[in-house]
Amino acid sequence: MKKVLAAIIFCNFVVSSAVAAEIKIGFVTTLTTPAAVIGEDMKNAVNLALEHLNGKAGSHKIEVVFGDDGFAPDTGKQVTDRLLKQDKVDIIAGYIWSHVLLASRKSVLDAGKILISSNAGPSQMASKLCHENFFSASWQNDQTPMAMGEVFNKAGIKSLYIMAPNYAAGKDMVAGIERTFKGQVVGKDLTKWGADAQLDFSAELAKAKVSGADGLFVFYPGAASGAFTKQYHQAGLKDLLPLYSVFTIDGISLPKLQAANFSGIVGSKVTQQWDPSLDNQANIKFVNDFKKQFGKYPSFYAAQSYDTINMIASAVMAVDGDMSDVAGLRSALKSANYNSVRGKYSYGNNNFPIQNFYLREVVEDSDGNWTTEVVDTVFTNHQDPFAADCKLK
Amino acid sequence: MDYTLLLIQVLNGLQLGVLLFLVASGLTLVFGILDFVNLAHGSIYMLGAFVCASLTYALDSYLLAVILALPIIGIIGYVFEVFLARPLYSRDHLDHVLGTFGAILVIDTIAHLIWGPAGIAIPLPNYLDGQIKISENIELPTFRVLIIIVGLLAAFGLLWLVNFTRLGMLIRAGASNRTMVSALGIDIRTLFAIVFAIGATLAGMAGMLIAPITEASLGMGNNVIITAFVVIIVGGIGSVKGALVAALLIGLIDTLGRAFLDDFFKIFMSTAAAENSAPAISSMSIYLIMALILSFKPNGLFPPRLR
Repeated sequence: MKKVLAAIIFCNFVVSSAVAAEIKIGFVTTLTTPAAVIGEDMKNAVNLALEHLNGKAGSHKIEVVFGDDGFAPDTGKQVTDRLLKQDKVDIIAGYIWSHVLLASRKSVLDAGKILISSNAGPSQMASKLCHENFFSASWQNDQTPMAMGEVFNKAGIKSLYIMAPNYAAGKDMVAGIERTFKGQVVGKDLTKWGADAQLDFSAELAKAKVSGADGLFVFYPGAASGAFTKQYHQAGLKDLLPLYSVFTIDGISLPKLQAANFSGIVGSKVTQQWDPSLDNQANIKFVNDFKKQFGKYPSFYAAQSYDTINMIASAVMAVDGDMSDVAGLRSALKSANYNSVRGKYSYGNNNFPIQNFYLREVVEDSDGNWTTEVVDTVFTNHQDPFAADCKLK
Repeated sequence: MDYTLLLIQVLNGLQLGVLLFLVASGLTLVFGILDFVNLAHGSIYMLGAFVCASLTYALDSYLLAVILALPIIGIIGYVFEVFLARPLYSRDHLDHVLGTFGAILVIDTIAHLIWGPAGIAIPLPNYLDGQIKISENIELPTFRVLIIIVGLLAAFGLLWLVNFTRLGMLIRAGASNRTMVSALGIDIRTLFAIVFAIGATLAGMAGMLIAPITEASLGMGNNVIITAFVVIIVGGIGSVKGALVAALLIGLIDTLGRAFLDDFFKIFMSTAAAENSAPAISSMSIYLIMALILSFKPNGLFPPRLR
């Protein structure tokens, strides 16, 4: 045993000293628990991005080391520390969950490394906790529900019942919808979240049903989305209380909902900054190759992860592989000078994207698979509402 | 106060309660009679859901799948007892915890390899997928009503088995004094294996019943096992009657807490404070109740006599 250990330690030494030019990216996502279905999608997209880049940024080799956050903030922080100290990565990216990102940010930023979120966009990190070394490749949590609120106003919806998980992003989603929605919120439920999340919503759905609201707005990402949509249909609410959601009906839940034949989902509308139907060259290549390799549409998590790797590659090329040049990396990232699958966008003072938000509808494609399609642009070049509270210029 | 809503929520609580009972009854039998701490009981619940899901897609019928999956889970429970639990009986509780925790990791990973991380939604036949009108403004999903009926039938079936049959007599005797039972010439090994298999079948059945609602997913058993332990501790370890009463109590408290706590808090605090504190308190409610009951009855509500 000791000999084996010694051999492993020796190998590590050899590897890290021999190929110093190699760029190492630490990528934290969820690879266990039911939420692993999201992590898997992100991992696939990262590997596809590497394949498209031939594993290189310019002449520099890139390697991605994956870390599993186990859907828990404490584990997420541990794995972040391990990536920094043991794997000695040059840059850290990933993070599905806002509470995991909030717990891990300090480790990365204190080490003077660049931190990129491929999904989570907690309000705190857009305002008071904004940092010059932190960039979002996705959105600020409030923005997508804000777009939904705007859709409600246009559609003349007067009252809403809201359900979301009780954690950082769930609270941001609720705040986001209340920010733009002009009608009345007649009821609100925040349910237990995490590795032992509440998945039976009987009590909440019964309350929503008698609330007399015009619509039900929910945010249930990942594995919870299938469970929620199922129960919504079983409760017979389809005609009584129309369902509106963000980050719930997506590339991950649609194949499952189709397998169980929940035809009521077709035609439902969601808001998002990206869609598989967006017509730009990078997106067409990404969606086609993803479908070819994995046999299904990529989710928005996949799209953002694909963007993350390309964004990092563009910055590595800008500093010619010198990862100690953090200022150079920063200004390269800030320019967003890469072919994003969402199309051209820019960064605000808090390093969150200023981008379009689209209204998408669930449709059946020519092969009979359920997917989404852009029907309208809700916001053009939208900046999150927290940018003013960030001290960065 | 809206009494219709209250009634619906009570029925929802009942549904959660009977599911908890199905999981907890096996746990309390195994813990009470075999003195064996089985953390992996939740993994069997998960296997029940996954096996039923696969069979549903293979046979195109949920009911057939359940009928076929029940004996499969019973056999898995039996095999689990023979190969994993039996060698651990003579050791202390810490070894049980370590051994069965290892089993959780192994079973979860096997499930991950076989069924993937995505989880499986189980489609229900049309006659179960609708709603039942109980009165003019009370409407419940048919499947949830079915869960209540099947769960209660299983509960009373088990109570009958434990209280009025020869096997039940042996089980109760085993819970009270294991050494005496074996001294009287009862094959305690077979008795243990049967108890274990019954417990596994009930847990698997709970998994099969919940899967069409929440999907079969990895780690679903780990969520339920903690609550199931709360149930058996409140009910009195080894007591099936205690498990039934405690499961219904916990199911009702959890559901009613989620449903009405924020409205209740709004009576004496600001809306914002109520909305923030209610979810936190309601997720704690079952543990608060456990602490309260244990402070008055440290052995639970119905502790078996003569341990």
